[in-house]
Amino acid sequence: MAKREIGEINAGSMADIAFLLLIFFLVTTTMDVDTGIARQLPPIPEEKQETTEEIKERNIFAVLINAQDRLLVNGRPMEIDVLREKAIEFIKSDPNNVKLPEMEEMQIKGINKPVLVPVGIISLRNDRGTTYGRYIEVQNELVAAYNEIRDEAAFEYFGKRKYDDLNEEQQEAIRQIYPQRISEAEPKNIGGN
Amino acid sequence: MSKFGKKKKKASVGISTASLPDIVFMILFFFMVTTVMREVELKIELTNSDLPQATEIKKLEKKSLVSYIYVGKPRPNFQRMYGTEPRIQLNSQFADLSDIYEYILAERAQRDEAEVPFMTTSLKVHQETKMGIVTDIKQELRKASALKLNYSARKEN
Repeated sequence: MAKREIGEINAGSMADIAFLLLIFFLVTTTMDVDTGIARQLPPIPEEKQETTEEIKERNIFAVLINAQDRLLVNGRPMEIDVLREKAIEFIKSDPNNVKLPEMEEMQIKGINKPVLVPVGIISLRNDRGTTYGRYIEVQNELVAAYNEIRDEAAFEYFGKRKYDDLNEEQQEAIRQIYPQRISEAEPKNIGGN
Repeated sequence: MSKFGKKKKKASVGISTASLPDIVFMILFFFMVTTVMREVELKIELTNSDLPQATEIKKLEKKSLVSYIYVGKPRPNFQRMYGTEPRIQLNSQFADLSDIYEYILAERAQRDEAEVPFMTTSLKVHQETKMGIVTDIKQELRKASALKLNYSARKEN
């Protein structure tokens, strides 16, 4: 019997098949990474406790967003463009200005000299009718204010341009000087829907 | 014989395409590995451009530890049943506020105990949604003590 010769398989179309699969994965792939503003919610207090501790008016930066997406900061209307600037001024404070938050002298690990630490708190309250977009915009401005200040502090104390360039201990020191204190009050239905 | 005479025309050499499949396969494997199929089918109207914009955004790390909550208007084909008011979607179903607590517990049960403190909840909310529903969700999350939160936002150009 004559041996049948095994014919070679033509691999020329391999590239076409591979291309087809490639295009399929190219189309279905989603390279986008999820990004967002990270926040920490406060835990629910165990018991209903009335906080009797009064906070001085100068130590609060009250931001109110109404149902028409307008801002009221410390009782005055404000445009969003200047919010960051004002927040920075508030967070940094100034020992010579009695309108800005009080400052406490503190020893901070990693920094040799005592540091004046402002005690201001940002209070954010929104209406139930505020749009989410505006809320995020305001959150973003406040976080940006903190980031700018921390970058500045990083330069002042450690000579680095960015807070992110510092090592873990140095970041901790900066965080102690400027902790992110954004308190969110439970919203009230101020302006209706 | 002049030195500057016409050069002889060279026969053009064809480039071997034998390695083409290999290259293509390489790219193919890259995409196969990096690809993430969208695991949930969105029943609400929420594309990437519906998310709010922000500049101070951070990357969401460890995707396996993230639970998602979607909020937005139901898609047109669901509007007859669910109306046009913003609704919550968990996994691939519409849900009520009261389901969030259960959802978080279920998500937590799936993970290793040691990883639970690192779990994050990502809120993907249409930017035109009113804050009322978002606040209620936040309150539910606090009840479930899922305190790490991420407001999904895209980078502002």
